[in-house]
Amino acid sequence: MSSSTTNTTTISTAGPPSRRNTELAMLVFAVIIPVFAYANAGLALSDEMPSGMLSYGLGLGLLAAVGHLVVRKFAPYADPLLLPIATLLNGLGLVLIWRLDQSRRLAQRAKDAGMAFAPSAPNQLIYSALGVALFVGVLILLKDHRILQRYTYISMVVALILLILPMFFPARFGARIWITLGSFSIQPGEFAKIIIAVFFSGYLMVKRDALALASRRFMGLYLPRGRDLGPILVVWGMSILILVFETDLGTSLLFFGLFVVMLYVATERTSWIVFGLLMSAAGAVGVATFEPHVQSRVDAWLQPFEVAKNGGSDQIAQALMAFGSGGVFGTGLGQGNSDLIGFAANSDFILATVGEELGLAGTMGLLLLYGLIVERGVRTALAARDPFGKLLAIGLSAAFAIQVFVVAGGVMGLIPLTGMTMPFIAQGGSSVIANWALVAILIKVSDTARRPAPAPAPTTDAEMTQVVRP
Amino acid sequence: MNKPLRRIAIFCGLLVLALLVRDNWIQYVQADELKNRDGNHRVLIARYSQPRGNIIVDGQPITGSAETNGIDFKYKRTYKDGPMWAPVTGYASQAYDANQIEKIEDGILTGNDDRLFFNRTIDMITGKKQKGGDVITTLNRKAQEAAFKGLGDKKGAVAALDPRTGKILALASTPSYDPSKIAGATSKDKEAWIGLQPKKAKDDPMLNRALRQTYPPGSTFKVVTAAAALENGKYADIDGPTNSPDPWKLPLSTQPLPNEGDIPCKNASLRQALRYSCNTVFGKLGDDLGKEEMRKEAEKFGFNETIDTPVRAYSSVYPEDMDRPGNAMSAIGQFDNRATPLQMAMVAAAVANDGKLMKPYMVDSLRAPNLNTIEQTDPEQMSQPLSSENAQKLQSMMETVVKEGTGTSAQIPDVTVGGKTGTAQHGVANSKNPYAWFISYAKGDDGSPVAVAVVIEGSNTLRGDIAGGRLAAPIAKGVMQAVLETERDK
Repeated sequence: MSSSTTNTTTISTAGPPSRRNTELAMLVFAVIIPVFAYANAGLALSDEMPSGMLSYGLGLGLLAAVGHLVVRKFAPYADPLLLPIATLLNGLGLVLIWRLDQSRRLAQRAKDAGMAFAPSAPNQLIYSALGVALFVGVLILLKDHRILQRYTYISMVVALILLILPMFFPARFGARIWITLGSFSIQPGEFAKIIIAVFFSGYLMVKRDALALASRRFMGLYLPRGRDLGPILVVWGMSILILVFETDLGTSLLFFGLFVVMLYVATERTSWIVFGLLMSAAGAVGVATFEPHVQSRVDAWLQPFEVAKNGGSDQIAQALMAFGSGGVFGTGLGQGNSDLIGFAANSDFILATVGEELGLAGTMGLLLLYGLIVERGVRTALAARDPFGKLLAIGLSAAFAIQVFVVAGGVMGLIPLTGMTMPFIAQGGSSVIANWALVAILIKVSDTARRPAPAPAPTTDAEMTQVVRP
Repeated sequence: MNKPLRRIAIFCGLLVLALLVRDNWIQYVQADELKNRDGNHRVLIARYSQPRGNIIVDGQPITGSAETNGIDFKYKRTYKDGPMWAPVTGYASQAYDANQIEKIEDGILTGNDDRLFFNRTIDMITGKKQKGGDVITTLNRKAQEAAFKGLGDKKGAVAALDPRTGKILALASTPSYDPSKIAGATSKDKEAWIGLQPKKAKDDPMLNRALRQTYPPGSTFKVVTAAAALENGKYADIDGPTNSPDPWKLPLSTQPLPNEGDIPCKNASLRQALRYSCNTVFGKLGDDLGKEEMRKEAEKFGFNETIDTPVRAYSSVYPEDMDRPGNAMSAIGQFDNRATPLQMAMVAAAVANDGKLMKPYMVDSLRAPNLNTIEQTDPEQMSQPLSSENAQKLQSMMETVVKEGTGTSAQIPDVTVGGKTGTAQHGVANSKNPYAWFISYAKGDDGSPVAVAVVIEGSNTLRGDIAGGRLAAPIAKGVMQAVLETERDK
C-alpha cells in the first residue's frame, strides 16, 4: 500500500507487480504434481500407467488455464497463491478419489450391501469443472466485492432458507443436510457458509460502532444493547436449532466459530469473545444433553477402540490405524489399506488415505497447504481497505480454517467427529463447488486490496504549496 | 480493525498447529503401536501379501505357502505333517492371527523385521517383491516322529532336549490339530476353528501340553529331592542307609505316607530308594531338608519361572506357602507342585550334563531371504542345580533305575540310560486315572546327547498299574534311540 502512494509523480508506467506470472509458474506445478501422483497410484495399483492419464492431465490443465486467464483479465492484482493451491488440492483430491475407486474391498463392500459400486472420480471431475465455472462466473460478474454489501439482508434470508430446506428432505446417513432432487443432491450448508459470511460482514460493518460503543458495562463486560444484537441472535439461534434438527454438528460448530470471530473483528472488543464462547458453550452443552447422536460421537472420540470392539462404529479406530500404519513416509499412493475404513472412505475420511499413503510428511504438507490458503485470506483481510472487504475476507478465511480443523481434527481423533468434508479433496459436489466460489471471492477481495490506488489528479499549485512554520 | 485481525490470524495458526501436533502424535509417536495393535487388519494383510518364509527342521521346511489371491490375502500358509509339528510351529491363520513361532518370528517370516531393512531396500530398488526369511529350528525330525508316533492316540506330551546345549529336539503333544485347516479365512476354516476351541473339543487339541500344561510330577520329582539331599550334604554316600522308618508318618499328622506295593524302603540307601521309588524315604528327606531348601533346589532346576524358548513355556510351580506335610508330599511330587514336560526334561538334562542346566531353546538361527544368518542362538547356561560330583552320583542312581528298577523298559542295548518313572495321582481322592511319567537321558561317546520327559494322561486301560515304566518309558526309549542314531550318522 505504501509503495502505491509514492508512485504518483513518477513517469514509469510499471505498476506494482501483479504476480500473475508467479501464479502461472505455480499453476504448472499444481497441475504436474497431481498428474505424477495419478501415474504413481496407477503404477502401484495395476503395474501400468492409468488409461485416463492423458485426459485427466489435460482436464486439470484446462481448468487451471481457464482459471488463470480469467484471473489475469478480471483480477490482475489478485493474490498469486490462492488459485494454484486450490488447483493442487483439487487435483490431489481427484487422484485420491480415483485411487479409492479402484479398491476391490470397497467394491465388495458395496456389493455385499446390495448396491452398485459406481466410481466417484468422473463425477468429481465434472463437479470440479462446475466449481471452476462458478469461480470464473464470480470473477467476471462480481465487478467489486462491495456490491455484495447491498445484499446483506437478502443474504440472511437466503442463508436461512438454505439451512431450513434440508429439513423437508429425507435424512441420509443420519444427517438431514441434503436437498435431493431426483438423482441429484446438494448440501446447502456448504453454500450457506459463504452467504452467512456475506450477511455478517454487511451487517457488522454498519452496526459495529453501535455494538462496540453503545454498550452497558456489566461485571467488567460490555454488553450490547438488545436492538443491536437482535438480528445476530436470531440468526445464531435459528442456525443452532436448525442444525440440531438436522443433526449436523460440524456445520453447527462452523457457524459458532464464524459468529464469534466476525463479532470480535468488527467490534475489537475482547468481551465479545467471552460472550460468544459462552453462547457457543451453552449451545454445545444444550445440544449434547438431548442429542444421543452427539453423545455417541463423543464416546467414539474418547474411546475409539473400545467402541469399535463393542460393536459400535469402527471408523475412528480404522482411521487412527490408517494414520499410524502410514508412519512418517507413508506406504505410497495405491499401496495402503485405508479402504478398510469402508463407509465414507473417500469423503469425510479421505484424510486418512492421505495419512496412510503419503505419511506424516504428506499429511503435514497438505495441512500446510490449507494453512497457506487461510494465511493468504487473512493477509487479504489485512490489506483490504474497506471494512466490508476486511470482514468478508476474514470471515471466509476463518470459516475455511475452522472447517479444516473440524474435519481433520475429527478424523485424526483430536476432537469428536462431526461429519464435514475436507475442502477440495473430499468427494462431494457441493463442497468442491462452494469452495471454488469461496476462493473466487477471496481472490476478488485481494485484487481490490492489492490494486494500486488510483493516482490523485495532479494539482497545478502543488509545488507552490508551502507549509509555513512559525 | 487490524489488531483483532492479527489475533484471528494467530488463532487460525494455532488451529493448524494443533492439527500438525496431533498428526505427529498419531503418525510418529504412536505410529508403531497403532500399526501393530490387535484389530489392525493390515498386520494380517501384510503377513499374507507374499509367500511366507519357512520354518525349517533338519534342513527341510515343515511349512509352505499356497497362492489364494483373495481381496485381502494373496497367500495362505500350508503345513507338512501339521499335527506332528503343531506344538513347534503354532499356526498362522488369515482369520485368527498366529501363535508360537509363527507369531513370535512373524517379522522374519514376513520380511518386515528391522534387521531385514537392508534386504528390503535392495529389493525395492531392484523392483523385487519383498520376501520372508526362514526360521531354523533345533528340532530333530526322527526324534519328533518317534515322540509323536509313540504317543499315538494317547493323550500326553513329550519334550526332549540336548543336555549339552539346551537344544529342544522333540516337542510333541497329543491330541494335536492340523494348522493347515485353520490357515485360511473361508467358512470351512471358521468351522474348523470353532471345532478346535476348548468349548467344543474337550481334549483341547490346540493346547501345547509339552510347554503349557503343568502336571503333578509324581515320583519323577524324587530326582529333584535327591539332588537337594546331595547338594545339602545330608547324605553324601548314595549307598549308605538313610535313617528312614517304614511306615513313616507325615509330620504334624497321624497319617502314614504309604509306599506303592511291598518294597524294601526301611533305611534304604538313596540308590535303592530311587530304584524302588520309596515314598517314605523321599518324603522324609523333603521334610528333613525343609521347605526353603526344597524350593531353592527346585528353582535352580527352573521351577517358578517362565522360559522363553522363544515360545513361552509356562512356569512350573514349587509353591512358597505350604505346611510341613504339604512339603513332604511335594517332595514325592504329589501335592501342589506342578511341572511341564519341558521342565522335567530339564531336570533329567541337568543331571545328565554333570549338573549344568542349559537354557532350552528351539530356534537355532534366523535366516534372511538371501540365506545370510541374521541371528544365531548360542547355548547358554541357566544355572547349576548340583555339582558335577553330585550329578555323577545321581546319574549312577538313575542308571540303576533303568538297569534294575522301575524303568527297565527304557533299556537300550550297549547304551547307558538313566531314568525315573512317575505315576501321579490326581482328582478328588485320586479318583481320576493317574498321569504316567518317565524322564530319562542316554549317554553317548561325548556326554549325553538327549534327555527326555514323557507324560501320558490317564489312559483308562491301565488303571491298576499305570506306572510310568509301562506306558511312558517305551516312548522315551524311542526318542532316545532316534537321537542316538542321528548322532552316529553325523
